[in-house]
Amino acid sequence: MGQILTAGTRAPEFTLRVTPDQDLSLSDLRGSPIILAFYPADWSPVCGDQMTLYNEIRPEFQKHGAEILGISVDGVWCHQAFARHNRIHFPLLADFEPKGGVAKRYGAYREGDGVCERALFILDRAGVIAWAYLSPIAVNPGADGILDALENLSNRGEKQ
Amino acid sequence: MTGLRVPVGPSDHIRGGRDAPTTLVEYGDYECPHCGAAYPVVEAVLGHFGERLRFVYRHFPLSEIHPHAETAAEVAEFAGAHDEFWAMHGLIFENQDRLSTPLLFRLAWALGLSQTSLREALQRRVYAAKVRADFIGGVRSGVNGTPTFFLDGRRYEGLIDHAALVAAIDTRLAERQPHP
Repeated sequence: MGQILTAGTRAPEFTLRVTPDQDLSLSDLRGSPIILAFYPADWSPVCGDQMTLYNEIRPEFQKHGAEILGISVDGVWCHQAFARHNRIHFPLLADFEPKGGVAKRYGAYREGDGVCERALFILDRAGVIAWAYLSPIAVNPGADGILDALENLSNRGEKQ
Repeated sequence: MTGLRVPVGPSDHIRGGRDAPTTLVEYGDYECPHCGAAYPVVEAVLGHFGERLRFVYRHFPLSEIHPHAETAAEVAEFAGAHDEFWAMHGLIFENQDRLSTPLLFRLAWALGLSQTSLREALQRRVYAAKVRADFIGGVRSGVNGTPTFFLDGRRYEGLIDHAALVAAIDTRLAERQPHP
């Protein structure tokens, strides 16, 4: 298991497919706190629960002005079917070609398995990693850590 | 691991001994099949311990994948406002396989509750804030799916079956015994 990028590091810029005909760049969201949720795979039980949970909690993230992005190595069509099935309303990015290219830059790729780690990053409004967490692959990390980190960001005076 | 962040308080629904030495808190979703499976287990555990155990149920509806979960939670709260929370709680779980809005109204009728008042309460979302508060408290406590149990504020990671729960609660009760 590698080392994920740590707090204080500038978040590497990327552009990934988010729908079959749309790209999303990290810089498009600059100015808002961003939650990057790397996860191993669409459809696996734990991921489903984790993304479903974030879907429900999204209004709380938005109270902090934050947007959440899910990232896995699944392709856009897979993401589309997964999002429809679970009524997921936030973007799922396809780190598909080159496979895991973005995950590798965040230290969140599992070489042997060919999937993303289950890793969470919170970026502040300037695009610097404010909080990073690597979860055991089989454990849904929930959202308590995310909400605590977003609160810390807000308290740090990010509101101005 | 995060523990229970929201202590048991006046807005909670409580069964068993109010001043019991040990408290079991469940975060549940009325449409979640795992919660449905846990329901008879919890009932049997409550029967086993009687006044020695305090049980609290809090709502954690995943409404995007369980379309009736939020309404069911609000209906239980409505029943709670008329001192029928636990009766409704049981009826919902016992009828989980055919959960629907008309069924929830029939359950209210069966408990002698006004369907007109229930319709108004659901339309005005009277109990939505309470359900959401439960949900957010759960999220802040690290709840990541249902059912999640906390035993005296600590997350219960064991099996959800009678023997395992009874053993865990027995251990807590023994720890709570004043040592001579």
